[in-house]
Amino acid sequence: MALVEIKNLHKSFGSNHVLRGIDFTVEQGEVVCVIGPSGSGKSTLLRCVNLLEIPQEGQVIVRGEDICDRDCHLDAARSQIGMVFQQFNLFPHLSVLANCTVAQTTVLKRGSAEAEKIARANLDRVGLNDKVKAFPMQLSGGQQQRVAIARALSMDPALMLFDEPTSALDPELVGDVLTVMRKLALDGMTMLVVTHEMAFAREVADRVVFMDGGVIVEQGPPAEVIGNPQQERTQNFLRRVLNPTHVEPT
Amino acid sequence: MSRPTDIVERKGLSPRQRAQRSRWIQYGILVALLIVAGVSADWGQIGSVFFKPEYIKSAFEDGLLQALVKTLEYTAGAFVIGLLGGTLLALMRLSIVGPYRWIATAYIEFFRGLPAIVVFIAFSLLPLAFEGMTIPFDPYGTVWLALGIVAAAYMAEVIRAGIQAVPKGQLEAARSLGMPAGLATRKIVLPQAFRIVLPPLTNDLILLVKDSSLVFIIGTTASAYELTGFGRDLANTYANLTPLVTAGFCYLIITLPLGILVRRLEAKAARAR
Ligand SMILES: Nc1ncnc2c1ncn2[C@@H]1O[C@H](COP(=O)(O)OP(=O)(O)OP(=O)(O)O)[C@@H](O)[C@H]1O
Ligand SMILES: [Mg+2]
Repeated sequence: MALVEIKNLHKSFGSNHVLRGIDFTVEQGEVVCVIGPSGSGKSTLLRCVNLLEIPQEGQVIVRGEDICDRDCHLDAARSQIGMVFQQFNLFPHLSVLANCTVAQTTVLKRGSAEAEKIARANLDRVGLNDKVKAFPMQLSGGQQQRVAIARALSMDPALMLFDEPTSALDPELVGDVLTVMRKLALDGMTMLVVTHEMAFAREVADRVVFMDGGVIVEQGPPAEVIGNPQQERTQNFLRRVLNPTHVEPT
Repeated sequence: MSRPTDIVERKGLSPRQRAQRSRWIQYGILVALLIVAGVSADWGQIGSVFFKPEYIKSAFEDGLLQALVKTLEYTAGAFVIGLLGGTLLALMRLSIVGPYRWIATAYIEFFRGLPAIVVFIAFSLLPLAFEGMTIPFDPYGTVWLALGIVAAAYMAEVIRAGIQAVPKGQLEAARSLGMPAGLATRKIVLPQAFRIVLPPLTNDLILLVKDSSLVFIIGTTASAYELTGFGRDLANTYANLTPLVTAGFCYLIITLPLGILVRRLEAKAARAR
């Protein structure tokens, strides 16, 4: 059984029909990268997977449970899905350690000693065990994003969602975050990553999904979708991304 | 139409010279006023009516400090009620449940639109209107309630603005960790909102210190006098304003440091941004 199964997903904001029938699955342990032009609905898709947006139609099935269903325990489902945002969204009034323990103690009802141990282990995993006592404001963007990853990992999620985790970072800080994500993938974490980092997608992804205009245009192994795209829209997009200075003839 | 340069040429003064001349004129007016005041006023009379040393001394002996403590107690209790009520009202204002929003809006508009003194008069008449009715912790209960329900209306708007100033991503991050809405509000949104509104809330506290003077409308007994009631009573007795002036200084001792604190907090918040 697939870890996540998305069926015929539709989402509109007013008259703006953003997702127009999305179907795809993520298997246990799989790393799926979602690419596509700005405004194609990538973030919206990701946000529907943990119901930060409520779709108008369709199903999101996580571990066999339809989380769009009214009877589903939404908070419990969400606590199994880690989310990493473009803007980090660390809690600025809490220390790095408290950022990683607050949901453990309140949602998972772990004891504070246990929560702290788990948080420290995950901060160690992202290479920040020396920043435990710091506050988010005192960290660089790359460090903040790694704390955000540790915060999500501390909930022992079955699935990690990343929405352009490196887009808000200075170029020299991107590598640290991608290294952490690469390591996560090697550890067998199931990941759904929206990214513009084509090199990362090519290297780490098991599958690449190309979205445009609210539909999935093409998907498959990175060597096919990025290396040898079949659809014209995919080809145009990749030409623009891989060669940003190239000017399209009009 | 003459251009600015024409004027300068005609008067023969540069803009800087004109600014300097205007400054000297302002100083001149000030000095003239001071001289008139110094010559015409009867300083001995003023001194003995407003600042008579023996009356200052007897104000202390008659319980100025107790009155100061009462003012602080009345203010503190009302602030707590205002803070709790204001937070509740702010959350109601932002609720997805329509009727909660309407109730909160009606409450806030009602008590902000009303002079606080009307509320105090109403509270002073309550025991008469409802026979046998008592508000617990007399006189504190009445004072705290009367001050608190008005303060809650003002604080609600401040706190609502603070909650809305917390970036949306904060709530989303909390929800994505599986926190239910109430928990996320309590642990993540409200602590940040209060940090944002600390300066305006301190301003509300200053207003509350001053509004606690309205207590004398309720007609408390002498033992419950706060600063204004105390100063007024003693000023009546002596037919001299010195006790009231002394009480007034006590207010400044509280409000001026708070005012400085507000400016510090504002500067700090501006730097953090
Ligand atoms: N909360 C919202 N309210 C209204 N419209 C929205 C909202 N969120 C997204 N949209 C609209 O949905 C469309 C898709 O947005 P989305 O953020 O999913 O695109 P994206 O593929 O993630 O783009 P980008 O690469 O720029 O992040 C856009 O037209 C956007 O304006
Ligand atoms: Mg996006």
